[in-house]
Amino acid sequence: MTEVVVFLVAAAIALVGALGVVASKNPVHSALFLIQTLMGVAVLFVLQEAHFLAAVQVVVYAGAIVILFLFVIMLLGVDKAEEFDVDPIAGQRPLAAVLGGALLAIGLTVMIVAVDGSTGSSATFDPQTGQPAETALDSIGADGQPITDIERIGRVLFSDYALAFEITAALLTIAVIGAVVLTRPVSRGARLEDLEPASFDLPPVAPRDKQPGHDAAGESGA
Amino acid sequence: MELTTTWYLVLSVLMFSIGAVGLLVRRNPLVMFMCVELMLNAVNISFVAFGADLNDVGGQIAVFFVLVVAAVEVVVGLALVVAITRRRSDANADDVSVLRG
Repeated sequence: MTEVVVFLVAAAIALVGALGVVASKNPVHSALFLIQTLMGVAVLFVLQEAHFLAAVQVVVYAGAIVILFLFVIMLLGVDKAEEFDVDPIAGQRPLAAVLGGALLAIGLTVMIVAVDGSTGSSATFDPQTGQPAETALDSIGADGQPITDIERIGRVLFSDYALAFEITAALLTIAVIGAVVLTRPVSRGARLEDLEPASFDLPPVAPRDKQPGHDAAGESGA
Repeated sequence: MELTTTWYLVLSVLMFSIGAVGLLVRRNPLVMFMCVELMLNAVNISFVAFGADLNDVGGQIAVFFVLVVAAVEVVVGLALVVAITRRRSDANADDVSVLRG
């Protein structure tokens, strides 16, 4: 019964946050509602005993990704409210509502049928050996003690999924290089070979000691 | 009442639909990215629920990789938004439909 209450509260938090992301006029409010949703999802992960994912969800999503969103919003100064009254493409919103309703109906049908009609097999036992599988969530260690969640993920990640794990390292490196290349200051019409070295168009800085009057005015003002 | 996998899956579908409708309706690219994050999170819920249902840690591994890909996608997407906003003062999904400066 406690689990049901926790689920309902966390699900309500997540869904209200999701609606807030879509309905907020101000992007900053959308980002804050997104944090609310991510926290609700983290509670649901804890409820399903995925403790490592709950921690990663809070640290990576709420701590890094949403903060990156907020940095970009503040940097670009696009935190002004979006105009909701006009519909630039005629009939876009009714069409979106119809498509969303259809997606909801199909998804609910599939998901409610999915558990009973699932063709997946339980991973409790290894199909080859018949022994208890290492990937099972209730597997126990060599010393007979239950393995913690993070230890189980670590074992599987660095054995079965080692190649995929290393490819994610390459993916992250490529993303960093791509972000640096994309956000370089480029003058209009510049060719690729003109980009070296990077040209920052900063105004020349006047030496402070050449402006005694300015400093004196600043000190008297302070 | 007992908490079953279906509850999680229904919540996942609801969140995914909200994110999809937001992606279709909103025109600020930053908010559109947030709606993509909503959809990814909805799928993460169902991954973990299916993994718990089948007693398999593979669902949690999948969520781990989805997290990495989501971070990468946000980094590159936000860099694109910054690059576009440098050239035109207002970033709007309708203005960049041609993918040219």
